[in-house]
Amino acid sequence: MILLELLIGFLKIGFFSFGGGYGAIPLIRETALSYGWMTEEKLAYMIAVSESTPGPIMVNMATYIGSDKAGVTGAAIATAAVVLPAFLIVIILTAALKELIKKDAARCTLEALTACVTGVILATGVYMALINCADILSAISFDGTATVLTLLLGVFYFGSKKIVKNGVSPIVLICVSGIAGAIVFGV
Amino acid sequence: MRALIDLFLTFSKIGTFTFGGGYAMLSLIERTCVEKKRWITHDEMMQITVIAESTPGPIAINCATYVGLKKKGTAGALAATLGVILPSFLIILLISFYLDRFLEIEWAANAFRGIKIAVGILIIDAAVKMIRKMKKDPLSVFILSISFLSVMLINVFALRVSTIVLMLASAGIGLGVYLFKRRKEKEERK
Repeated sequence: MILLELLIGFLKIGFFSFGGGYGAIPLIRETALSYGWMTEEKLAYMIAVSESTPGPIMVNMATYIGSDKAGVTGAAIATAAVVLPAFLIVIILTAALKELIKKDAARCTLEALTACVTGVILATGVYMALINCADILSAISFDGTATVLTLLLGVFYFGSKKIVKNGVSPIVLICVSGIAGAIVFGV
Repeated sequence: MRALIDLFLTFSKIGTFTFGGGYAMLSLIERTCVEKKRWITHDEMMQITVIAESTPGPIAINCATYVGLKKKGTAGALAATLGVILPSFLIILLISFYLDRFLEIEWAANAFRGIKIAVGILIIDAAVKMIRKMKKDPLSVFILSISFLSVMLINVFALRVSTIVLMLASAGIGLGVYLFKRRKEKEERK
């Protein structure tokens, strides 16, 4: 049953996503692909929409996937499920956590966890960038246009950090890439 | 009741005007709840930020729940959390009804092929920022490399291994190494 799947899937995401919105993306992607909720393609679009609309990325993705799979009810269930763990942790555990995070054991555990999440996010980003350029498994379908555009946009985004403080914002990058895509893939 | 409505409205305003996820929201929460409304102190804000970063879930939710709880108990927590979620919930709901139809337009589909490239770059950027902030002791670098390689392999060969397993293993290794070091230190002191 889809509503139950959404509930369990997003509870799991809400409970295991460390490191903010981007920390949740690998987990949401993995969950959505394994339940067959979405294609890789649509998931990438959804991340872009979540980034360009207000609100926490995790909440936006939950709302979208829930609505896509089971309408307004699905959206409400997925959204409630993704925020519930954080909500309960603050209500029940804040006092205990204030003491716990000062402990060396907790600090070491969290440092290792952060290192792992960082590696997971990096691999997800690199993989998602690579599959635009070539189908890695077959290694035959190489998309030259997409590869060139990836390199140009990468240089534009990371290069802007050298010129302006903090570089251009994600929304600017999304707009520029959208316009570039419409032109380059349109002709 | 008025305090609850105030919490709800304040947080829906925060939810409406922050783009780019939780971290962008933190500065607005600080400005509103610490400087303007004086609901919590600056120290509390720092503390809740650290807790939000070390616990799972959206960072903005941790903060909203904490401020609401502090101000008006569980009802307050609920009002603040609902407030911060509701604007984006409604916006995304609306978009979700139309995105598929929008993508049938040829130029829009092409634009989204470009945007897909931007998404990869943004995720890499998020990871790079985390690497800069991270402590680079040998253990962290080792865990990062192994996690990176594992997830690449999982993706390329479409393996059904959850990253949750990697996360639990890493946390276990971190705690294990700490306990091992502490025991060795104690033995040396004897």
